[in-house]
Amino acid sequence: MNPTQVAQGRLHTPFHSRIAALDTLNNWHTWKGYTTPDALYCADLEYFAIRNATAVFDLTPMTKYRITGPDAEAYVNRLVTRDMTKIRPGRVAYAVWCDDAGQVLDDGTIFHLRPGEYRLCSQERHFAWLTAATIGFDVTVKHETADVAALAVQGPTSFSVLKAMGYPELGELKPFGLAHVDFQGAELMVSRTGYTGDLGYELWIEPGKAEALWDALFEAGRLYGIRAIGTEALEHARIEAGFLAAYHEFLPADETIRTGRSRSPLELGLEWTVDFKKPVFNGRRALAEEAKRGSTWRLVKLDIEGNKPAHNSYIFAKPKNNREAIGFITSAAWSPVCKQNIALGTVRTPHGKPGDTVWVEIYYQREMHWSRKMARATVVDKPFWFPERRGATPPGPY
Amino acid sequence: MRTYDAIVVGAGHNGLTTAAFLARAGLDVVCVEKNDYIGGAAVSRNLYKDWIYSNCSYVCSLLRPEIFRELELHRHGLQVTPYGGSVTFMQNGDYFGSYHDDEVMYREMCRFSRHDADAYKAYSADTMRQCRFIREFLLSTAPDPTSFKPSDIRELMKIGGKFLEMSEDRMYETIRFWTMSVAEYLDEYYETDVIKAAFSGSGIIGTALGIHSPGTAYVLLHHYMGEVDGNVGSWGYARGGMGAVSKAIAGAFQAAGGELRTEAGVDQIIVKNGKVTGVALENGEEIRGNLVVSAMDVKRTFLNCMQESDLPSDFYRRVKNFKIRGSSGKLNIALDGLPTFTALPKGSPLIHSDMHFIDSMERMERAYDDWKDGTWSKDPYVDMVIPTLNDPTMAPPGKHFMSCFVQYCPHQIEGRRWTDAEREAFGKTVIDQIANYSPDFKDLILHAEIRTPQDIEDQIGITEGNIFHGELTMDQLLFNRPVPGYAQYRGPVAGLYLCGSSNHPGGGVMAAPGANAAREILADLKRPNTVPENFGDD
Repeated sequence: MNPTQVAQGRLHTPFHSRIAALDTLNNWHTWKGYTTPDALYCADLEYFAIRNATAVFDLTPMTKYRITGPDAEAYVNRLVTRDMTKIRPGRVAYAVWCDDAGQVLDDGTIFHLRPGEYRLCSQERHFAWLTAATIGFDVTVKHETADVAALAVQGPTSFSVLKAMGYPELGELKPFGLAHVDFQGAELMVSRTGYTGDLGYELWIEPGKAEALWDALFEAGRLYGIRAIGTEALEHARIEAGFLAAYHEFLPADETIRTGRSRSPLELGLEWTVDFKKPVFNGRRALAEEAKRGSTWRLVKLDIEGNKPAHNSYIFAKPKNNREAIGFITSAAWSPVCKQNIALGTVRTPHGKPGDTVWVEIYYQREMHWSRKMARATVVDKPFWFPERRGATPPGPY
Repeated sequence: MRTYDAIVVGAGHNGLTTAAFLARAGLDVVCVEKNDYIGGAAVSRNLYKDWIYSNCSYVCSLLRPEIFRELELHRHGLQVTPYGGSVTFMQNGDYFGSYHDDEVMYREMCRFSRHDADAYKAYSADTMRQCRFIREFLLSTAPDPTSFKPSDIRELMKIGGKFLEMSEDRMYETIRFWTMSVAEYLDEYYETDVIKAAFSGSGIIGTALGIHSPGTAYVLLHHYMGEVDGNVGSWGYARGGMGAVSKAIAGAFQAAGGELRTEAGVDQIIVKNGKVTGVALENGEEIRGNLVVSAMDVKRTFLNCMQESDLPSDFYRRVKNFKIRGSSGKLNIALDGLPTFTALPKGSPLIHSDMHFIDSMERMERAYDDWKDGTWSKDPYVDMVIPTLNDPTMAPPGKHFMSCFVQYCPHQIEGRRWTDAEREAFGKTVIDQIANYSPDFKDLILHAEIRTPQDIEDQIGITEGNIFHGELTMDQLLFNRPVPGYAQYRGPVAGLYLCGSSNHPGGGVMAAPGANAAREILADLKRPNTVPENFGDD
């Protein structure tokens, strides 16, 4: 037997050659074992590609599973808190899944590709748990992260780019819809989904066609301001859209060591994804009890006065004389499109109802010296950024 | 004749730790050691040419950082450097590696099972949760649940509080964990035999139990909760060998004015009118002391060095029944060069790691069967490391020191002393086991020191050569260690204290028993405490 050895370094995605060619900063980090750019030329400008033109982000390292079999729908329905029987083939659902204690293991998107066939995309890896959950179901779960190359194509001109690529029919695709089209003889799956809160699509294809897809996309997008982006720009857009990120807004429950460090969907503002009308789903009993008893935590979107991002800040009920904090900020950013100082945070109930005022203790540094400011913040209930084009079908040319 | 404030018997790392903290509190302390070198089982020996062997304990991770810092051990020459990973060689020519890097580890586990690779996350979190629960209590005296002393009640409430902090599920999980076998525990996460075999070793090291014996999950924890510089679960080498640990603590002791005497083996601890007055050495000399602190194991202390008539009979009986069974042997090998391992690709980082040679749970359990039959394992579990890949001070350039910890190896062969021929045969078994995976290994051997538990008992003094000074099972932990009612470092005779690993929290070169004992002694003497508190984790 010849000695075998797993790859010791970071892996390249099938788009790496193209990203590396556009990269000027050489600023990379690791995402689930893959090399991923923080930024390629300038994170601020990349951010504006999302909001002003078309941004392309390589999301191949995203964990992907294929769920197939006669019981696929029943299986997926038991797995997540949401009613998946309502998600017809050709539709996509955002969903969370919980352990038996009703604590969130992860969130992600579930693509109903065809009858009896789903793709589950998640931030974390769950094969052991997904496999354990198959007992009693005629269903197969296959890990397919490396088998599918994926790109997010996001921004106001993103439909125009796809149209120029030869797919005008995608104009009929509604938000959370998906369609299969032909790309150079291969099946290209296009979903109207994304992590930016803007008009946008995600493209899924076999890895062998990845570079060709990239080239065709950039050729078509040349006149529509297409640009490749890194994680930093995306992170900005994600906060503006009010989307959650694992390890920021919640920790996967199976990884928490200390008690009380996980969150339930009800504590993350995801009541709308929990359907108690379903008789059985993982965590149902605990969540029903929590719904009756009341939750401990609440996720808040904060509009904070001033312009200093509230990174890692404590949240207080009053501007002074506080005995203790009521919570803390989990993600913060200055929003260039809204010209707002925005943040997501977690606070103890009953604090943090929409419209409430809370106070955020912000530390900031100017030329070595640190300053502290107690900033007033208002709890808002809508995403900070929700342009009309995000929902428009067909999308305009912009 | 001079009367010391305290006589510490045994200059192992715990004896020295107690001695150092007492001396730093201003006491007049002498530490006596039977050998002509200090260190006990934390020792570096020069037995062959320019080679230095860590010939008992060989890796360092449990040593409490609080003690390291307080005694300023770096000023006395101690430096612990971490090393990464482990590898288990398989009979089919393959291997399973544990890598330092999370992603490489994930890929390696996927090579065997994606299920197991993903389960590793939950396994690590669940194990770490149990670690955190127990770690807090390492550097404090185990509270006596039958006592109404405020300090006991306070400590009990702390344990209770930590327990109640957990969710319901996690309380059940914790209680199960403490009594489970390591095999059952691993079965709850993994499906791959070699992965389970690789992880199960930590559950039986130094323990006369098999992987299916209840209580071995806790032993796994004992190996998991070590840390190097805050990286919990990390292992490291003491630069210069494990003797550097003892030497540094001895340095702190002497810097505080303590007196160290080697070749001063204690024959008897002298008791007059129900109180200790000193020790009688094997050479006939007497040393007087107001206190005697024994760093020897509990059996050696009471059964060998004291008169039965000076001790309460129930206590004596319990000490006799204390489980301190010899189960591990050691080979220390000087190598002419670095051996190659057929399964490992050139340049593999795994050459720096712990190496193991049992690839199935069946073989792990069979290894124990031999021990039960009164002989050494014919297919032994070996925890093998080559510290010289990390530490340039232990062998000449290009040459290497290899440390092989071997499980199982009985204290006696079928109830009688080992013969020289049997010791050689035991050594050959281990060397053959390694040579199965490394064709050039045998030719590189320049010298090998073979140590059975009996040799360790004869040379170091630990009863049956048990590396932990008594097994780490629930009936011998916390307030039951070493025996119920005597878990707070005080012996049954006035002025007599215990500071060795037979006491809470047990062995593993933690120095915690030594530090905890010093704290209790200083409290009894109404002296200011010099022993640090737990750093805490939250």
